[in-house]
Amino acid sequence: MLTNHPHQTSRGMSDYQLKMAFIMPTMILLILMNIFPLLWSLYLSFHRYKASMPAAPRFIGVRNYSRLLADPEIWGYFQTTAYFVILAVAAQFFIGFGLALLLNRDFRYKGFVTTLLLLPMMLSPVVVGLFWRFILSSDNAGLLNFFLSPFLNSPIGWTTHPKVAMLAVVIVDTWMWSPFMMLIALAGLSAVPKFLYEAADVDRASAWFKFRWITLPLVSPLLLIALLFRTMDAFKMFDIVYVLTREGGPGTATETVSMNLYKLAFRNYNTGKACAMAYILLIIIVALSNIYVKYLNRVKGEEAQET
Amino acid sequence: MRHRKNFVHYLILALIAVAVLVYITPIYWILATSLKTLSDITTKLPKFVFDISLENYQKLMPSEGVPGVTYLFLGEVVVGLLLFGFFSLFNVRLPRALSLRNLGFIWNSLFILTCLYSFLTLPPLRSRLQTDARFNFLLLIVCTIIAYLLIVPWRKTGGLTSQTAKKQRLTLVLPSVFGTIAICVALANGGSKYFYQLLNSIIIGGGSTILAVGLGTLAAYAFSRFDIAGKDDLLFFILSTRMLPPVVVVIPIYLMYSALGLRDTHFGLILLYTTFNVSFAVWLMKGFIDEIPKEYEDAALVDGYSRFQTFLKVILPQSVTGIAATAVFCLITAWNEFAFALVLTEVGGRAVTAPPSITSATGSTGMDWGKIAAGTFVFLLPVAVFTFLMRSHLLRGVTFGAVKK
Repeated sequence: MLTNHPHQTSRGMSDYQLKMAFIMPTMILLILMNIFPLLWSLYLSFHRYKASMPAAPRFIGVRNYSRLLADPEIWGYFQTTAYFVILAVAAQFFIGFGLALLLNRDFRYKGFVTTLLLLPMMLSPVVVGLFWRFILSSDNAGLLNFFLSPFLNSPIGWTTHPKVAMLAVVIVDTWMWSPFMMLIALAGLSAVPKFLYEAADVDRASAWFKFRWITLPLVSPLLLIALLFRTMDAFKMFDIVYVLTREGGPGTATETVSMNLYKLAFRNYNTGKACAMAYILLIIIVALSNIYVKYLNRVKGEEAQET
Repeated sequence: MRHRKNFVHYLILALIAVAVLVYITPIYWILATSLKTLSDITTKLPKFVFDISLENYQKLMPSEGVPGVTYLFLGEVVVGLLLFGFFSLFNVRLPRALSLRNLGFIWNSLFILTCLYSFLTLPPLRSRLQTDARFNFLLLIVCTIIAYLLIVPWRKTGGLTSQTAKKQRLTLVLPSVFGTIAICVALANGGSKYFYQLLNSIIIGGGSTILAVGLGTLAAYAFSRFDIAGKDDLLFFILSTRMLPPVVVVIPIYLMYSALGLRDTHFGLILLYTTFNVSFAVWLMKGFIDEIPKEYEDAALVDGYSRFQTFLKVILPQSVTGIAATAVFCLITAWNEFAFALVLTEVGGRAVTAPPSITSATGSTGMDWGKIAAGTFVFLLPVAVFTFLMRSHLLRGVTFGAVKK
């Protein structure tokens, strides 16, 4: 073991000091900028407090929480979010996996084409999302309505009609994040050993059989990682609705939980209630990310066993 | 049979081409819109054939006219790229007095002198809401010198190996990189609001990236090489801070920053983005450092290096690629970040970054899509360049180093 090396104590810092000196700055920063503020907001979530008012926080027990949990509107926002997450993640999964299956072969300029397809996910969601409003617009020069015009009688008000606004958000999110699915699926596909397919060819297996019994089982662990990752991310989504449908409009058609939380905290300055809401959201996210990390460790363990 | 296979192959290639078209069209449309005149944008049907005009980009420039040094910097950026491309493509034998090393030194000195000249001659920025941008020229000079010394260390080396020739070519492109920033400084100082915000994005992104990668590399080394009590739990804690939704974290941060007077300051945002990025940097760098064989360090320790010296002289040089990849990802994250910047800065304020200000055009009636497109395109361009440079590390980057190729 390196840690028990005979030279460690003779000069300079000991291993223990070095270890502490290397880890402490990061830990202190994270505690100062994450844990301390979160504890403060836990404190505030049990108080009536408005950041815009000079009045000091007043203790009201769990009333913030009970009011939130009893409010049907809040459940509406959760419903909207769930609706968005399911639609967007499913679309991204199928499109991304499909693209990966297409790209999983040798052809000229493969690297360039793949990177070109990956470009959307690296861009700023909010800046590109704003421009998508122009692409989706129904009155002037909307690109999507133009391409759809042979199939439609009248242009669709993508961002202004309550029934299709969510679909518009899903379209933009899918354009942005299906490359992510594609990237991970592609990594999984390229790791499938070629000799399995060759063996199946010898046995004259059908293409479907090969896909179902070779490709899918070997790629599914990575696909699940990607799905969990995207689910967590989609659950937090805030930027795109903020710009694309003007803070969750029309009405509350696309108001996700994050959007509602933002409005609660920085439009109404209902800080106490917002903190309580934030904690409800936090518990859900921590649960999700726990599942994610557990699963990640399992996959890693399996990989370690194989090699 | 063979004929059928070819047909399927071409069908798939055609499908891929369609996919690329679908994914790239929105980005192309941003570029196209930014080059159109106002009358070409507000047509009933989208116009695919149009006269190219630069009027939208002119709207981003300072209203009092572009400062002269901007063109000087632009020239240096272009010449630097040409020099770099020329020496990368052709193996030219240079006379001794004008070796690649001397050329790089002269070229960088010239850039530093241009920065100094701009700092001394440009008038101060007269705006109540913004800070004086001229001091960034001095910062750029320091950055250039540090970057130059990092590439070509200050010691006498032997003959020119191919490795050092590659490094010396790299010094030729330094003024192009920093020159691009210098253009932003010059335009921001000239009174351009857009470039002032872009400059804020650069300062905040750059500052937080340096801090996050520095702290992250140290912590990653410790996590990779030492026994630490509760290592897995600590690593999970570090990761979980990144998984929190920004909107949840920002409420208490907002209150804290209001109390400390850190709202709408560069320092406040740098600190926040460092926190945001450091967890990512730890995870990614741990993956890279794990891959460096422990035997290298053992050998160095036996040779009488202390543990810290080993870190400096064995681990750091071995993980340069990893550090660069991590830095680029941190930079892109900070560059694209929106929710924190929206809440913690004020539109038109001192430290507002580009994303909230590009999108703040939303409120007014009748949006100037041409101007938005021009601003968006300038904003996206560096990310696109970095994406292509980093393409082999993208997979690692987006999965926190969990999935490697």
